[in-house]
Amino acid sequence: MAGKPKLHYFNGRGRMESTRWLLAAAGVEFEEKFIETPEDLENLQHDGSLMFQQVPMVEIDGMKLVQTRAILNYIATKYNLYGKDIKERALIDMYIEGVADLSELILHLVICPPGEKDAKLALIKERTTTRYFPAYEKVLKSHGQDYLVGNKLSRADIHLVELLYYVEEIDSSLIANFPLLKALKARVSNLPTVKKFLQPGSQRKPPMDEKSFEKAKKIFKIK
Amino acid sequence: MEGRPKLHYPNGRGRMESIRWALAAAGVEFDEEFLETKEQLQKLQNDKHLLFQQVPMVEIDGMKLVQTRSILHYIAEKHHLFGNNLKEKTLIDMYVEGILDLLEMIIMHPFLKPDDQQKEVVSMTEKAVVRYFPVFEKILRDHGQTFLVGNQLSLADVILLQTILALEEKVPDILSAFPHLQEFSVKISNVPTIKRFLEPGSKKKPPPDDIYVRSVYAIFAP
Repeated sequence: MAGKPKLHYFNGRGRMESTRWLLAAAGVEFEEKFIETPEDLENLQHDGSLMFQQVPMVEIDGMKLVQTRAILNYIATKYNLYGKDIKERALIDMYIEGVADLSELILHLVICPPGEKDAKLALIKERTTTRYFPAYEKVLKSHGQDYLVGNKLSRADIHLVELLYYVEEIDSSLIANFPLLKALKARVSNLPTVKKFLQPGSQRKPPMDEKSFEKAKKIFKIK
Repeated sequence: MEGRPKLHYPNGRGRMESIRWALAAAGVEFDEEFLETKEQLQKLQNDKHLLFQQVPMVEIDGMKLVQTRSILHYIAEKHHLFGNNLKEKTLIDMYVEGILDLLEMIIMHPFLKPDDQQKEVVSMTEKAVVRYFPVFEKILRDHGQTFLVGNQLSLADVILLQTILALEEKVPDILSAFPHLQEFSVKISNVPTIKRFLEPGSKKKPPPDDIYVRSVYAIFAP
């Protein structure tokens, strides 16, 4: 008998947010156990819960899953958000890996030293408007369908729309020349499960502020 | 009818080597078109063959696949290297993702400043010996089987062997505290398709050298 999935992470976006989005979009209720102190993390490490001593970790269906992609792949498969055959899966994988690459740049923006922030921000904006957004806009244009793959909602749409929200937080003008991306964002945001997740009071996490950044650095022993 | 997969990448390991390993382990013959100049990369980009303007790119079954993990997953699923059910696939995923974190350090190593390279070997060795090897040693010890998952060859075995051999090139006794991994290394190396790949004349690429590093900068620097 499986209860709700239980997410182990600190109380912030980091590498767990894409899992929160995916579960929420799939309409799956989940619990969260927040790591608040270095001792909380050490306890998880010492009781053997973390295969590689790292979080994210998600307790789901009798397993303690680690590694963001393994977690997402499991959830996507279980809830039929990973395409209908091997070729759709290949497309979905390509699209989501591009999203992951840009998301990684944005993730690192939070932790990069103040002196490097401007250069990093410029790189993010450039990559967004010249590499990633054009690629996804082209995919949508090529088939004219509502979703990226197989004319059906998949994790590719969910991960991309999540990214579109982060890009909007950085600079809301970046999406200006990408009408199909704007339409996808609106469409996915209006799905009942996603709409609920986007409302205040959901388990969606806000951007990291200075205080929670300092707290995270302490927990993960980052200088 | 689909021909052999065709790999587009410089003539060296980098991010394409795992894909060469996976295809070889699956017994799939493939062709390679080596990127040697910036102009060649630009042509691929201008002809719109690269979804995100990047390599690796593999032409396979009518698709131009990019992104290392997408390519690895496709090969694994197509050639039965991904387990027999969702739970096995998930274990394989977890193991592969962990090993790829370690392999990432190996891939980036030649591009570090010379002063940082030796420090990084120490760091990689520590990560391997403290975080990753004990996990796989325990898995092998606990089930006593040859392969990591489901008693059959999977992508996890292939990528783990690739990583062990790459680390042994820098630190020959890196497996000294891990008898089961030593046995694993021998057994997986003797799987016929892998044995062939480990022989001279195969498409396995040599360790990165200065010439390789310089060519990468020449091709990819803006």
